This record gives sequence, structure tokens and C-alpha cells, in this order.
Amino acid sequence: MKKYLSFFRIRFLMGVQYRAAALAGVVTQFVWGGMEILIFKAFYEANAEAFPMTFQATTSYIWLQQAFLAFFMAWMMESEIFDSIVNGNIAYELCRPVRIYSMWFARSVANRLSKGVLRCFPILIFAAFLPAPYGMAAPESISSFLWFLLTMVLGLLVTVSFCMLIYVLTFFTISPQGLRIFFVSMVEFFAGSVIPLPFFPDKIRTIMELLPFAAMQNVPLRIYSGDLAGTYLIKPIVLQVIWLILLTVFGYFLCRYAEKRVSLQGG
Amino acid sequence: MEKKKCGLQLYIHYISINVRSMMQYKSSFVLTVIGQFLVSFNVFLGIYFMFQRFHQVKGYTYSEVLLCFSIMLMEFSLAECFARGFDTFSTMVKKGEFDRVMVRPRNEILQVLGSKFELTRIGRMLQAIVMFIYGIACSEIQWTVAKVLTIVFMLVGGMALFTGIFLIYAALCFFTLDGLEFMNVLTDGAREYGKYPIGVYGKRMVQICTFIVPYALVQYYPFLYLLGRRTSGVYVVLPLLAILFMFPCYGLWRVGVRHYKSSGS
Repeated sequence: MKKYLSFFRIRFLMGVQYRAAALAGVVTQFVWGGMEILIFKAFYEANAEAFPMTFQATTSYIWLQQAFLAFFMAWMMESEIFDSIVNGNIAYELCRPVRIYSMWFARSVANRLSKGVLRCFPILIFAAFLPAPYGMAAPESISSFLWFLLTMVLGLLVTVSFCMLIYVLTFFTISPQGLRIFFVSMVEFFAGSVIPLPFFPDKIRTIMELLPFAAMQNVPLRIYSGDLAGTYLIKPIVLQVIWLILLTVFGYFLCRYAEKRVSLQGG
Repeated sequence: MEKKKCGLQLYIHYISINVRSMMQYKSSFVLTVIGQFLVSFNVFLGIYFMFQRFHQVKGYTYSEVLLCFSIMLMEFSLAECFARGFDTFSTMVKKGEFDRVMVRPRNEILQVLGSKFELTRIGRMLQAIVMFIYGIACSEIQWTVAKVLTIVFMLVGGMALFTGIFLIYAALCFFTLDGLEFMNVLTDGAREYGKYPIGVYGKRMVQICTFIVPYALVQYYPFLYLLGRRTSGVYVVLPLLAILFMFPCYGLWRVGVRHYKSSGS
């Protein structure tokens, strides 16, 4: 366990170094969030009754989504890992007395965490100062804030364990290109980063909420804004835990299997 | 005149080299095309489900928004197809490969453009064309010669505008040595949020997109003419004004080239 913690620490410290890149990211995300809110405002004005959440909940959702982009966006995967599989550097990793799965897992969590921590505060603080329905609202209650923190950690872990599957599958396909773009666009859509899940028609939404993708950003962001509360909390959180266990166990054994029959590329 | 013809021939030669080398990796090519398609398909699905719920936004119907989105997507993917060389220009500067470009007796822009030709963008293009046909079939536009011309001008103007932005992106690399992530707002952001007519975002945004970066010239104003909400003939040629945007971009590029200090090894 200790060695994975130090992998985590090294990666985290490395990620925190890139402050200028983070600043550029913050500016970009801020524009993105602003545009997104303008769109939803236009739709809200078109037909306020058809809006599935309150407008304030929607804007909080959008700002949180932008602030914690690095936690949940599937496309933020590590090209170094893909490269090591493609060019054969994976051989060195295989020599080490560590489990590849656990090492990559620790490293991905650290990477996302460091990026997220660097970027979230400027966005959150700035968004908190925007006038009422357009800025970030305070959380519904202390308990919903605590649930938000818990589910965010769970959501981050589910996202990482899903991305782990893509890394591991690259062992079999060698070229990550197709796999990556396919899974990433699937996650984007089903996780609610194109439009939040409540905006989908009810029938489709009930199915979507059962999928692992809904266990990523959908749960914490909606809990924060009070869209999910009370007894409605139980089901998504249980689903998050179930998906986390299923994805990690499956990924772990798939990785063990892949390690045994891996053929090294490059030279 | 003689030299220009040579330039064009050279460019076509560049493209044919690029395409042939890409075709060596056929499966990778196909997958990337599908990927390009999927990415913009997501945006399309987003629009579809939003309209399932709201039916209209600021008076624009579903098919009208699709038409708007498809034209914007076509402008962007055309520009990206040809001007992709600027997008990867930061690596060229970083590795010092621009030195080689400078010593050749040909226009440097031509060489940078020729360094990359992204045929994979036809995935995005395909999506745009399907939506375009659907949008035209459903939007009940009364077609006239002027309106067909408007669309052609929109494509030309839009392509010029995006090429100009790519040019700025590349020119800034001379100073920063690295691509600036912020520039994504102007390229990917415009593609992403250009899906709705700019008027949807409010008056302030229309002003910004008219006078600072003239997206509205190739999207909002001529689009209103297409829908018959504006009738003045000025709107037909308005997209061509966007070509003027390329002059300051070119100026910045010239300054950049003069400022260039070799890097890399």
C-alpha cells in the first residue's frame, strides 16, 4: 500500500507544478461556463415550465462542472500510459514489484486530483461573486454539502476505474486511438456533460441513471444544488458504490489477464 | 503570375503527399473519421434532446438551429482541413523545424499549410452535410439565387475567419513557443457554441461577435437573411467582410516571423 501512496504523492506534486497551464485552463473554463449558462438562460426564457431543475440549480451545476472538470472528464487521460503501451516502455513497469493496475490507478487519481485542486478555487470563488441566478449558490444544507463531498470522491473513483478499462483494453488493440475516442464520447454523453441528465426525457433518463456513467459527475453535482435530496439520495449512492466495485474488480482481473499475454511493442 | 501557379502546384503536391501517407494507415484513418463524427454527433444529440423538451428557443425552431449548426460546422471543418498546419505549428517552432521552412525559397505560409492536411475532418463534414440537408428540407426557406449565394459566401467567409484565427494561434507560438490553451475558446469554443444563432446569447454577445471576432458576420446576420427575417441585400455580402479579418492576422504573423528565434536542437 505504501508504494502506491508514494506513487500518488509523486504524481500529485508533479501535477501541482503546472500553474501557468492551470491558469490558462481556468480562463477557458470560465468562458465555457458562461456560454453554457447563456444557452440555458435562453431555453429558460423560452419555456420556464419545461425546465426540470430550478435555474439556480442549473447554474450551480454548470459552475461545479467547470470547476471540477479535471475530476470527471473522460478525455483527460494520461497519454504517457498509452504511449508506454504503444512504444513498449511498459516492459520496465512490468519488471517492478508493483501491480500495474494499482499503480496506474493511484497515478490517475493523483493526476486528476492535482489538476482539479489547482483549478477549482479560482472558478468557484469567482462564480460565487456573480449575481444571484447566474453565480454559484451556497449548498442547500450542511448535510447535502457533506453528501456532495462523499459522492464526489466516489464519482472521481468511478471515473478513474472506467478510464482504467480503456488503458487495459489498449493492451489488446495496441492503438488507443479508436477505443479512446469512442469511449470518451460515450462517457461525455451518458454522464451528463453534454446536457445534464434531468434534461433528458423521463424514459431515457431512468435507464441512463442506472448506467455507470451516471455514477460519475451526475450524482455529486445534483446533490450540491439540492436537486437530489432526502430518500432520493440512497439509490444513486448505492449505485455508485456498486459500479465502483464492479469496474475495479473487472478492470483488475482484465489487467492481470492482459499482463500474462502482453506482447511488447517497439524496440 | 508564373510564381503563383507554381505555388498552387506545390500546394497540391503537398496535399497529395499528405493524403498518400495517411492512407498507409487505413484503419487508423477510418477510426479517426468515425471519432470525429461521434464527437459532433454528441453535440447534435444535445440539441435534439433540448428541443424535445423546449421546442423552440428565442423563436428558432429545431430545424433552423440544425441548419445554423451545420453551416458553422462546415465552415470550421473546411478551415481545419486546410489550415491544420497552423494548429500543430507549436511543435514545428519548438523543434526548430521552422528554420528549414525559412531557408527554402518559397512562401512560408504555403509550406506550413502544406505540412499537414487533415482529411479525417470529413467525419465532421459528413455530419454537417446530413444536418444541412435535414435542416433545409424542414425549414421552409423560400429559395432564391441570393440565398444560395449567401450560403456560399458564408462558407467562404467562415473559412477565412477560422483560418485567420488559426493564423493568430500559430503567430503567437513565435512568442510563447507553445500553443495557448486560451485560443481554444476562439476555435473549438466557437464551433461548440456556434450551434445556436448568436442572437440566442444576448445582445452583448452579438456585439462582441461583430466587432471583436466577427463570428456574427458569417453566422448570425446572413442566417437571419436566410430565414427571411431580414430582407436587405447587404446581408448577402456581409460574410465576405469577414475576409478582412485575415489582414490583421497576417500582420501579426509577419511580426512573429520577424521575431522568430530558432529553438530546439
